[in-house]
Amino acid sequence: MTGLAWGLRLAAFAYALVVVGAQAPPSRPSRVISLIPAVTEVLFAIGAGDQVVGVSSFDTYPPEAAKKTRVGALLNPDFERILSLKPDLVVVYVSQTDLIARLQRVGVPTFVYRHAGLADVSTTISSLGQRVGRATESARLARDVQTNLEGVRRSVIGRPRPRVALIFGRDAGTLRNMFVSAGVGFLHDLVETAGGQNAFADVKRESMQVSSEAMLARAPEVIIETHQSSWDTSATAREQAVWRTLPALPAVRMNRVYMVADDRLFIPGPRVVDAARILAGIIHPGVESAK
Amino acid sequence: MSVESPLRRRVPVVVLSFVGMLIAVFAAPFVGSTPLSIANVFSTSQPFADNVDAQIFFLARLPRTLAAAMVGGVLAAAGVVFQGLLQNPLASPYTLGVSAGAALGAMIAITFGAAWPIGGSAGASLAGAGIAVLVVYALATARHRGLSTTVLLLSGVTLNAFFSALILFVQYLSNFADTFRALRWLMGNLDVAGYAPLLAALPFVVGSLAAFAWLARPLNLLSLGEEAATSRGLDTRRAQRVAFFSGSVATGAAVSVGGPIGFVGIIVPHLVRLVVGADHRVVLPASMFFGAAFLVGCDVVARTIMSPLELPVGIITAVIGGPFFLWLLLRRR
Repeated sequence: MTGLAWGLRLAAFAYALVVVGAQAPPSRPSRVISLIPAVTEVLFAIGAGDQVVGVSSFDTYPPEAAKKTRVGALLNPDFERILSLKPDLVVVYVSQTDLIARLQRVGVPTFVYRHAGLADVSTTISSLGQRVGRATESARLARDVQTNLEGVRRSVIGRPRPRVALIFGRDAGTLRNMFVSAGVGFLHDLVETAGGQNAFADVKRESMQVSSEAMLARAPEVIIETHQSSWDTSATAREQAVWRTLPALPAVRMNRVYMVADDRLFIPGPRVVDAARILAGIIHPGVESAK
Repeated sequence: MSVESPLRRRVPVVVLSFVGMLIAVFAAPFVGSTPLSIANVFSTSQPFADNVDAQIFFLARLPRTLAAAMVGGVLAAAGVVFQGLLQNPLASPYTLGVSAGAALGAMIAITFGAAWPIGGSAGASLAGAGIAVLVVYALATARHRGLSTTVLLLSGVTLNAFFSALILFVQYLSNFADTFRALRWLMGNLDVAGYAPLLAALPFVVGSLAAFAWLARPLNLLSLGEEAATSRGLDTRRAQRVAFFSGSVATGAAVSVGGPIGFVGIIVPHLVRLVVGADHRVVLPASMFFGAAFLVGCDVVARTIMSPLELPVGIITAVIGGPFFLWLLLRRR
């Protein structure tokens, strides 16, 4: 009995070796779970939406994605629910090592996603597309994203590049506890693509806390502050006015403090092109970004 | 039998610590992560709204230095008061749950942000501290006439644990950026970005410091034991009540300005007692001045050592305070 079982396993292993060795096209998974909003957007954009059976708790786009079963996210993946959907591919974050190990133990294949810079968006699109059997569509989308980003870059070329501070968190009603995008990562790349010069580019981290002294010393000419979309206009105006406590900031003097509520700025998926256009429109008003 | 020391020993120590604080407060604004032209800072030829050097000096560094002095002085003095009230050398301003209540308030304000418009996280932390104080007081007086220090201690410790659990719950509900900022608040931050937070805390601070001044003698008597203190004519219940409320209000105000910065309220009083003995008429003012100087110094380190990044000041006080405290424990044995 045991001998037979081992023999079968060996045969399966040999078969797998042959298949992989022959570079046969991988079969198209039909029950994909994505724990990453950016990946979900990619899957729908390359026509693999029908193959998706589960998404993360934070997914809102496209609207069809919001109808899929939610299975948790980075910190709280619901392992039972993931298994109950009988997935044949789960896309996970690289840091979800426990989840990867558990899925491996039950034989569910994974695709490991790394959050990185803007240039990695198209790379992720192509490799993900290949993995889900949509190589042609994903290659086209990756190319489009690249071309369109290049278009944004070209539309602002030759223009003066103002120093930009992109702020994605601070205490309400005061300039305390400010966090900005520093010189590494997706947000930094977006600012530079949109024709800005990140005021904190020399700090090689994704984000940093900024004191009022550092903000005055870096003297950003444009301040872009992201906030929750739940704010009403009076709250937005109130928070914008808080900046007047530091009148020497060029951005304050030139009235160039912008409040933006848009989740496209935070999701490194196919809509990064929109994000880049939004930022380019803020940093260089009146510039028509190339379509 | 008495802890009191003669006047000629008391005065020089207090004067010396006061001078130390003055030096720290005057020197600190001239140090920072950005090189400043001092001539420019005090120049009147340029309008203030355009003068970056002056704004860095007067809007960033000076309020920050004053905040460090206020928070450090208040926490150290409150530490003395709580150690005297609880008759426990390990007591700190945070022992009775004030800081945990303040932290919970701040967490809620940070997580639900714009939905909490009044006073921002500072106002919310003050409210949280107030609730914690009232709960602890109600518990400690519920079944005793007067204040039971044992019940006070136990209910404070329990409330600390309970509020910490609620903090975790609030953090679980919040998104990444908010969680990060909330965590950062817990590490302490004296970058107050203006004078408004200081002015808001000032009435609480002045009120409790006045109470502290009155408390010096009662705390001396209490250190002889409650019975001995009563026999010498002290209304111990009243003294305990004043100590509890003034210490708590002072702590709440300090935490609302700088976050729960650790160790200042415990190492400074011990260090001062090491030098001058146990007389609260010296220990209280000297701790306040030395605590102010100490935190001003720690904040200078925090904002320059890794510039342009800033190290949370609570990490500096902990790195200095932890080992020092262990040394103190070993030395006492």
